[in-house]
Amino acid sequence: MDALLLPNRFQSWFASRGWAPRPHQLQLIDHLSQGHSTLLIAPTGAGKTLAGFLPSLVELDQRGKRKPGQAGNGIHTLYVSPLKALAVDIARNLEAPVAEMGLGIRLETRTGDTPTHKRQRQKLNPPDILLTTPEQIALLLSDPGSARLFSSLKTVILDELHALVTSKRGDLLALGLARLRRLAPELRTIGLSATVGEPDDLRAYLVDQPGDNTRALSHVVEVTGGAQPEISILDSEERLPWSGHSSRYAIGDIYRMIKAHNVSLLFVNTRSQAEMVFQELWRINEDTLPIALHHGSLDVGQRRKVEAAMATGTLRAVVATSSLDMGIDWGDIDLVVNIGAPKGASRLAQRIGRANHRMDEPSKAVLIPSNRFEVLECQAALAASKRGEQDTPPLRTGALDVLAQHILGLACADALDLSATYDEICSSETYRALDWETFERVVDFVATGGYALKSYDQYAKLRKGKDGLWRIAHPKIAQQYRLNVGTIVEAPKIKIRLVRSKADGRRTPVGRGGRVLGEMEEYFIDQMVPGDTFLFGGEVVRFEGVRENEAFVSRTNSDNPMIPSYMGGKFPLSTYLAKSVRAMLATPSSWKELPVQVRDWLEIQREKSVLPAPDGLLVETFPRSNKHYMVCYPFEGRLAHQTLGMLLTKRLERLGARPMGFVANDYALSVWGLGDLSLLFSSGRIPLNELFEEDILGDDLDAWLADSSLMKRTFRNCAVIAGLIERRHPGKEKTGRQVTVSSDLIYDVLRAHEPDHILLKATWNDAAEGLLDISRLGELLARIQGRITHTALSRVSPLAVPILLEIGKEPVYGEAMDSLLEGAAEDLVLEAME
Amino acid sequence: MNVLTSRMRKYASAPVCHDIQINGQLVGLHDSGVMWWPDESLLVVADLHLEKGSSYARRGVMLPPYDTAATLEKLAGVMDAFDPACVICLGDSFHDASGSDRLPAPYRAMLTTLQLGREWIWVTGNHDPVAPVRLCGETVDEISVGPLKFRHEPVEKIGLKETAGEICGHLHPVARVRRFGRSIRRSCFITDGTRLVLPAFGALTGGLNVTDRAYTTLFRRRQFSVFLLGNDRLYPFTASRLVVD
Repeated sequence: MDALLLPNRFQSWFASRGWAPRPHQLQLIDHLSQGHSTLLIAPTGAGKTLAGFLPSLVELDQRGKRKPGQAGNGIHTLYVSPLKALAVDIARNLEAPVAEMGLGIRLETRTGDTPTHKRQRQKLNPPDILLTTPEQIALLLSDPGSARLFSSLKTVILDELHALVTSKRGDLLALGLARLRRLAPELRTIGLSATVGEPDDLRAYLVDQPGDNTRALSHVVEVTGGAQPEISILDSEERLPWSGHSSRYAIGDIYRMIKAHNVSLLFVNTRSQAEMVFQELWRINEDTLPIALHHGSLDVGQRRKVEAAMATGTLRAVVATSSLDMGIDWGDIDLVVNIGAPKGASRLAQRIGRANHRMDEPSKAVLIPSNRFEVLECQAALAASKRGEQDTPPLRTGALDVLAQHILGLACADALDLSATYDEICSSETYRALDWETFERVVDFVATGGYALKSYDQYAKLRKGKDGLWRIAHPKIAQQYRLNVGTIVEAPKIKIRLVRSKADGRRTPVGRGGRVLGEMEEYFIDQMVPGDTFLFGGEVVRFEGVRENEAFVSRTNSDNPMIPSYMGGKFPLSTYLAKSVRAMLATPSSWKELPVQVRDWLEIQREKSVLPAPDGLLVETFPRSNKHYMVCYPFEGRLAHQTLGMLLTKRLERLGARPMGFVANDYALSVWGLGDLSLLFSSGRIPLNELFEEDILGDDLDAWLADSSLMKRTFRNCAVIAGLIERRHPGKEKTGRQVTVSSDLIYDVLRAHEPDHILLKATWNDAAEGLLDISRLGELLARIQGRITHTALSRVSPLAVPILLEIGKEPVYGEAMDSLLEGAAEDLVLEAME
Repeated sequence: MNVLTSRMRKYASAPVCHDIQINGQLVGLHDSGVMWWPDESLLVVADLHLEKGSSYARRGVMLPPYDTAATLEKLAGVMDAFDPACVICLGDSFHDASGSDRLPAPYRAMLTTLQLGREWIWVTGNHDPVAPVRLCGETVDEISVGPLKFRHEPVEKIGLKETAGEICGHLHPVARVRRFGRSIRRSCFITDGTRLVLPAFGALTGGLNVTDRAYTTLFRRRQFSVFLLGNDRLYPFTASRLVVD
């Protein structure tokens, strides 16, 4: 293969810039010219995006200009990115070479922000290349003109594919691709990905799957090499905390690093950490270095300002959450600091890739563990990075609520032949396991709600015609579909507006119209009473009250804010890292790389108790201030531990061990109660093997879930995506709260009267996969069978200290809502008697 | 058995209610969300919103078709427990004007059975401004019994003669209480001793927080109490303990 693949004007353009086309860029052109879909895996800075577009640019150049009067060509290439901002950014970057080579190619973006008149024009007179998002593709496909619009489509480029496929957006896109392949049978796809654990998953996602058990794969081009990043773990002089996530101890070290580099990017895992680190840095910022803050809750204008300052190099450091993880080039960052646990090897690699956006120079990164367990996790992540190992999550099984949305969209475009539609849907890797019966139930759901009680046939949204084809019953239904399209259901949020304080405590409305600082989840505001202080946008603010859809806050001099305890943004520990950490703990010879403080901690654990075995489960029991504690160390992440904690508590209660509560973190789980657990376990009255029996995932789980608020939240998301609840009404915006209320009621009614309903099934699938981490818990229970070690201790072990310190900081779970009310109502009597 | 002793018997066997005074009358509030007036053997229920599911289905939102069944089953339980001589439905009994016409036959039969042997009064509401079709009962815009006035929407005045003794629905009151960092939001009764607003009884009915501006024309600021519906009792709170949504 050689440069012959590139027409002259491309070659001279490369030459004019002093570049040569890279081998993988040419390989991609070659594969595409032979009609092969291809996955390109390349590290950051390898010219991946240009590689993706080159085949299309070459083809479009060879096609030549359209003569006046000739019919339009339709869209040649679709580019899909997970971020709206990324599509816009890429379009800007692509315009330069297109103009410089004089290619005469029209490229346009289409996102939720694109004005209606432009969207209309794009349908009538489509550009050659359209840069867009999965939602916009779904919208275009629901248009009756979609067959014409996409009939000459040749290429779809999927950027940051690893990030796209792990969510319901990926499901929506998979369904969209299946339809596009049918409209344009010659279609080739290009997947671009930096980090990926299982390349074959992505390769399968890119192509049509056969109806049998074999798996079709796309071609793949892999760019290896790139300089090894220089990663180190902070070895601080300060005392390493036992628990917590603040990393406050390392602020001095971090500040010195910022001073020693030009531009540093500081990643944290949660918004509250971001706020805290930012505030602590400014507290010691004697040189008033320009340090900024960036997270998803801040006002968009504020975020854009930070991004612009970053690009022009006027900042020395930015504290950011995953809002800056992906894609967009922020200029010359020479240091990435990851504060807190990395949580996954690929996640870390992605973040480190933000530094030195050139392939041949090493990125430099420092990991800051915020407690002792995180030191082990950082060490495991560092080892993974050296070996180039990846742990991106596996491909999803397509969600049923997304399928419902897609089917309605297809029906809006054209009459549906169910059997052909079924085949089309199953041709996508994500939905290949869908069985006909489930498919029919989803269609029935779209048509009439899918209820066993067939009372809505007269109001059906889809009707079967005499020709056997299904059509929407009314054009209004297409309108409704368009308003509900998409898979992102935001948690209800509320604006935070800065106002003057009403320090005199009068109950009059606070002053009008300060500026909007950003948005916060409503449930967080729910917990606050006027006078509470918290960190937001880098300053301490005082909560003044809520009016309509805004929370009012004022500035305060308070130094000691009640820091927001955002639940969002906490990633579970990846299975891969968890395994590495368990192996490390069990192998004392590997401890020499750990800081002295951590080594000592583990040595004492070995002396006083035992070390957890890599494949087993260590269960420690000990008494402490009139209670009995059980601590176990599964290392399976917070979500799985929470689910397990709830189930164990139920089971222990039934077995008479009188448990009182539990707390979980990423590494361990503790249950405490009044019964002597040491005695109960060692005497065999409660056999541990039976306590941790896999059947714990049966009835107990179902009973608990039925009434849990977690299921209701999940149900709401499914109901919105599936189109049971409208996202919004034309001209009448519902607030998030109103949606929440009605979806809870619908959930209750549906569960009582039709527990097998397809939407409840979708909800259960979602919860099992996401919030409960059932599959991981199931793997754990299977792994430890017959390998449980029980150690009865007279006092708390060194390893148990961190989890016990979490008690009181982390929420303890239970559903005793009525008993809460009871206590509160009795207070009323006291109040009256005072 | 004469009427008086029959009422005495019923009074003795009636379920436990939270007794309060409205305009001088002793009435009972029940955790199902109904009001019970023992002296008149009168049961009041507000905002049934029957056929809400099918009302939405007509415009393409396929809510579960089980709301009417759920509401009527709950109502049947209440009828069993109180066995009232008279029932007043305080308006919005059907989610829309044609709701009673759409009522499926089994539910029509169920409702008719509930009506047997007792006086039944439909107060009109904004959702159902006309008399229900093919159902028994008398339809009125509002009705007074002794010192109490029953209407759907409360009159937006405070402390007038016409609002004293007013029993109404329409607002779907809910209240939120915070305790131990968790907040609980439940349907509730709201009263200041002169008037009472009942919670919505229907299965798919949402609610409006009593701290909302809409209540300020009905109750003086902080001079009211609420009774939150619990699993088997009511939980009383004064206005000062309530929080906004």
